[in-house]
Amino acid sequence: MATITAPYEVRRLHLGAKHALRRAAFILINTMLVVSALFPFYWILATSMKTTNELNAGTTGIFPAHLTFQAYHQIFSELDFAQPLLNSVIVATSTMIVTVVLATFASYALARLDIRGRGVVLGFVLLAGFFPILAMVGPLFLVYRHIGLLNSYPGLVFAYLIYTLPLSVWLLTNYFRQIPKELDEAAMVDGASRLQVLRRVIAPVAAPSIFTAGIISFILAWNDFTFALCFESNPHYYTAPLAIVNLGQSQFQIFYNQIDAAVVVVTLPVALIVLVAQRRIMSGLTAGAIK
Amino acid sequence: MRLQGSEDTNSDEGRSLGDAAETIRTKQLPGAGGSTRSLRRWASTDRHIGYLFVAPAVVALLAVTAFPLIYNIWNSFHTVQLANPSAGHGFSGLQNYKELFNEPGFTIDFVHTLFFTVVSVAIEIVIGLGIAIVISKAFRGRGLVRAAILVPWAVPTVVSAMLWKTMVDPQSGFVNYLLKTFHLPGSGITWSAETWTSWAVIIVSDAWKTIPLVAIILLAGLQVIPADVYEAAQVDGAGAWRRFRSITLPLLKPALMVALIFRTLGAFLVFDVVYILTGGGPGSSTETLGYLDWKAFLVDTDFGYGGAISISLIVVSLIIAFGYTRLFKPST
Repeated sequence: MATITAPYEVRRLHLGAKHALRRAAFILINTMLVVSALFPFYWILATSMKTTNELNAGTTGIFPAHLTFQAYHQIFSELDFAQPLLNSVIVATSTMIVTVVLATFASYALARLDIRGRGVVLGFVLLAGFFPILAMVGPLFLVYRHIGLLNSYPGLVFAYLIYTLPLSVWLLTNYFRQIPKELDEAAMVDGASRLQVLRRVIAPVAAPSIFTAGIISFILAWNDFTFALCFESNPHYYTAPLAIVNLGQSQFQIFYNQIDAAVVVVTLPVALIVLVAQRRIMSGLTAGAIK
Repeated sequence: MRLQGSEDTNSDEGRSLGDAAETIRTKQLPGAGGSTRSLRRWASTDRHIGYLFVAPAVVALLAVTAFPLIYNIWNSFHTVQLANPSAGHGFSGLQNYKELFNEPGFTIDFVHTLFFTVVSVAIEIVIGLGIAIVISKAFRGRGLVRAAILVPWAVPTVVSAMLWKTMVDPQSGFVNYLLKTFHLPGSGITWSAETWTSWAVIIVSDAWKTIPLVAIILLAGLQVIPADVYEAAQVDGAGAWRRFRSITLPLLKPALMVALIFRTLGAFLVFDVVYILTGGGPGSSTETLGYLDWKAFLVDTDFGYGGAISISLIVVSLIIAFGYTRLFKPST
């Protein structure tokens, strides 16, 4: 008996130790991932709460010596950061709404209605997602200049559709296809038109997906820098990202506490969205990618 | 009296406005009603309703892709210099392209762009794949790890750029402090002063922001692979590396292709992170083709020249995408 159990015990102990080691390594890797993703955020948060004097003295530790909201106060009271923030909210929200409406109609047609050239349209939408946005800048600039859309909100919202529409159309088309056709048919037997079916039946059923398309669109519009840089030369129309680049710099010094205070303010909404809707965003981002 | 008078004029105006409205109504309603009715009749089949539903999105996308493409082609064969009206708007043949390809800056920026693309895509795919494998496992706190990793993707480029600019600042940054604390070389570096360190900051910043997306795409690919394939291989005695090479990589091909196309095109067209972090400097040592295109459009306002750069960018993008689809053709 003893000769049989002893090797078994030894082997189990050995496996146990190996298992524990692998587990520790796994935890270590995950900790490193989280730290490398989040530590830079801690650093800008800490920097934004330092005084200019402390910044000039150089880094001496991981924690600020005195916490102060001075930089936050300055960017709102002296540097008028509220206006660009408001511009960003307006533009990103508008983009979100326009995208969701256009994509919902288009996706319903692509998923349900027997239109000719469906494959061509879907292929074009996918390809459009890869169109180099810098190649858009020149032609749109000339047109906007002509019709007065430079330094305006609609000009930005329209350009942002290149970020948001391809992804949203793919995401919603895939989702609508999974909804049983019987749902449409039942409603139409009851005398509903296609528009009513979409509004009263499909849209409510697909609400989670439409919501996902909406928040991803909001994030993508919120994050733009290039179009804002090219189309908005009047500081009154700066979006928040564009304002940050022009903020906190004097001829002699860069005020990192002010810049980073603005960076924290711009990061907060998207960080909150991600924390709340992480699963939806992840599935949304891959909806069209893997087939 | 005055009150009375003003009332009179008001009612006069009211009447004339009403008359005008009536004229419009009587004149236009039949026509308008007719077209609405015929549109109604046309849109009575599902197919026609489908066209109406799909049209706004398609028209919007055509307006931001096909139109700029055609306009760029047109401009690239013409003189379109806003800052130099005396040059006229005539047909200039291949002048813009000749100028572009003879310009040494174009070749140099092309090399910069290729360098950046190869290095950052390699880093992003390798680390992204590693992260995807780690977060594909089931463990407690996985949701938290996934959310933490997703945050860098979700923040604006301005944030990821400014954040690394702060991190490497010689005075108020963290990186130099860390190097100094551990008595490592390089604690006195001014990162923005040298070409190679400037590139390093651009690449780190870009990788930090885009690795999450790569990881998410690859994670979705991993989740499609059935678990019993791994179990069978393990029963047959295949080690971890063997399983990775013979199962994971081949079955991950479609997801890898998507991630590679996404990131290669993204890196090749890089602009904003360069603009924010270095402004192409020091000198013009971190200028990319995207930066060159922006400069042509917005600084020199030469839309013919910028058009020529845009068309070159689009052509190379197509070659890259086509190359990948050939490379990953599902023959194996």
